[in-house]
Amino acid sequence: MAGKHTLAASHIGVAVAAFGVASFMGVLQALSMADIAFPWRSESLYYMTLTAHGVLMALVFTTFFIMGLGYVLARESLGRIVGQAAGWLAFGLGTAGAAAAAVTILRGQSTVLYTFYPPLQAHPLFYIGATLIVVASWIWGAIIIASFRAWRREHRGEPIPLPIHGLLATIILWYLATTGLAIEVVGMLIPWSLGWVEKIDPMVARIYFWWFGHPLVYFWLMPAYILWYNVLPQIAGGRLFSDRLTRMVFILFLLLSTPVGFHHQFSDPGISAGWKLAHTVTTYAVLYPSFVTAFTVIASLEIAGRMKGAKGLFNWIARLPWSDPFFASVALAMIGFAFGGFGGAINAAYAMNALVHNTAFIQGHFHVTLGTTVALTFMGATYWMLPRMLGRELRAPALARIQPYLWFFGMTIFSTSYHIAGIRGLPRRVYSGALNGTAGGDWHGLTVAAAVGGVILFASALAYVIVVVATWTSGRRIDAPPFEFAVPLRPEPVAGVWDRFGLWTALAIVLVVLAYAYPLAQLLSHPRYGSPGFQPF
Amino acid sequence: MNIDLYERIWMWAASALVVMFLAAILVPAAVQAIHPPSHVETLDPTKLAEHPEFATGGVNTRSDGSVVVSVAASMFAFTPNPIEVPANAPITFRITSADVIHGFQVVGTNANAMAIPGYVSQMTVTFATPGRYIIACHEYCGLFHHEMVGTLIVR
Ligand code: HEM
Ligand SMILES: [Cu+2]
Ligand SMILES: [Cu+2]
Repeated sequence: MAGKHTLAASHIGVAVAAFGVASFMGVLQALSMADIAFPWRSESLYYMTLTAHGVLMALVFTTFFIMGLGYVLARESLGRIVGQAAGWLAFGLGTAGAAAAAVTILRGQSTVLYTFYPPLQAHPLFYIGATLIVVASWIWGAIIIASFRAWRREHRGEPIPLPIHGLLATIILWYLATTGLAIEVVGMLIPWSLGWVEKIDPMVARIYFWWFGHPLVYFWLMPAYILWYNVLPQIAGGRLFSDRLTRMVFILFLLLSTPVGFHHQFSDPGISAGWKLAHTVTTYAVLYPSFVTAFTVIASLEIAGRMKGAKGLFNWIARLPWSDPFFASVALAMIGFAFGGFGGAINAAYAMNALVHNTAFIQGHFHVTLGTTVALTFMGATYWMLPRMLGRELRAPALARIQPYLWFFGMTIFSTSYHIAGIRGLPRRVYSGALNGTAGGDWHGLTVAAAVGGVILFASALAYVIVVVATWTSGRRIDAPPFEFAVPLRPEPVAGVWDRFGLWTALAIVLVVLAYAYPLAQLLSHPRYGSPGFQPF
Repeated sequence: MNIDLYERIWMWAASALVVMFLAAILVPAAVQAIHPPSHVETLDPTKLAEHPEFATGGVNTRSDGSVVVSVAASMFAFTPNPIEVPANAPITFRITSADVIHGFQVVGTNANAMAIPGYVSQMTVTFATPGRYIIACHEYCGLFHHEMVGTLIVR
């Protein structure tokens, strides 16, 4: 291994392993929902693997990948990482936490799904393991911030390197988000699961969970955006269209993506309509930076096409490197996000939300957003990083070239089917799409189509894992190519207002307090009784 | 700020789009009072069996003709079941849970609420089309979550 990226590569390795295992579980779930028989199909296996799939994909794959990517960006843009030893400690803690949670899940002691809503009660090690993963990410964030400060001491007044600007916004957002999670898990769930307190208030826990749950989405999305802004134009052979607006976009995400959690609780009691409305306003406001992103990134690609000699209105599209696995992954991820955005706008409109809340529409939606926009970008980024981290040539490049298209194809079938089934009322998180006969065969054709999509997705996931493992173990040794980032058309000359993280962090905290203090106080002032734990699994 | 003309046009267009989306929600909220269910009422979930309203649940017609349906969700059934209500009348559902979190969704309509232990969800819905509807639990509640189905008969 090429030494300086060993820590990053270790994180990517854990992420890919989690992804591979979870993908296999995903295809079993899709078959089960379609009522297609296979050996070992059972209710307990279904909900156990659903928990594992959710935790491994949404928590382990994403968090470890983002930590690995963060180390690469910091090492390359800042020149060095301060506190590598702490990084290894965090890696150990996070891996141990993931393993502990995985063991209790696989033993059937924590079939509470990755949202772990009480009063469903998991084994204490499930909550403790999840906490350790978050603690690891906190240490990671501190290391990146310390590395940035060390850089700043030697580069006063200079604009923050663009990839680091996005990374810092991501990290600060993550601290803000995980505060809600820590209150829920450390303050409520762990003592309750250990039997130190008898009862828990499920509604209060849900509010803390969704304080965390929505910015979690942006914790996944912002690193993908960092790659779109800073790497994609470079690989496409162009320039970044706008430096300053890139910074604005990341700051807007930092400000707006936390005070929105009630849009996951439109159907909940205990929160007044006015506060649900307030969170709806901020929810739509977060669409804005994504719109700007669409423009800036596509404009950067047009520049690339034109630099390669394209003349007409649209033929620059044909000049883009569609056979480069990184480029293809990210371009398809962006197309996925266009569809995901429409779905998101529907979910956030509470009149329409009432039709689709907790139906298969939702699993259709987050497999295009998280499962494609984010995951496909990360898969593409793996192809970009591996040769540069390991000093090895990509093995089976033909497989890597078709893999993103296969994913997109499978996902189109998978996600479209679930979107339609959801609009027709199929609930999500069900072992049997026919609801074990009680609902007849209302959704059968759609769940079978989704299962076909799931099999294609699994084939694509397998191709990805094969390329990664083959490259890692037997890729031809080469001089590691450099990590290069896109050059803006007009780079910022000096640090401007969007670089003032102190100010923006303070404002972000104020917004969270405004969004949550009053409704929480209102809820806490009611007589509340609490619930004991249940383990119906 | 030094921003490209096309980008400036796009930023205005994007702002306009966001404002339009919001108006589509805020105007009905202000004018027609269209709100999501947001009732705040608590009770002791461990004593639901003795609760006057939720022990058996039921359909009650008030003197003004409005209909109130009280539903207790528990692993893995809705009580009462089936539920019979008249068509074209405002039906107020009051829903709670005796154990874990469940969902309450009348398939094919926008009647959709969470059943949370210790809290009462309340929403008012009018069904225009008579017929039999599936009530599905749409929140994972244990190994037989997918069998937690009830029937709503609209006459
Ligand atoms: C091989 C590819 C995949 C297949 C076949 C697949 C399939 C599925 C299926 C069938 C479900 C169950 C839905 C339900 O019962 O509600 C599910 C849930 C889920 N998937 Fe995937 N999936 C895949 C990839 C991914 C990826 C890449 C991610 C994210 C990075 C992801 C994240 C999730 C999450 C968070 C859930 C929700 C679990 C829950 O409701 O508790 N999946 N997936
Ligand atoms: Cu959200
Ligand atoms: Cu249920």
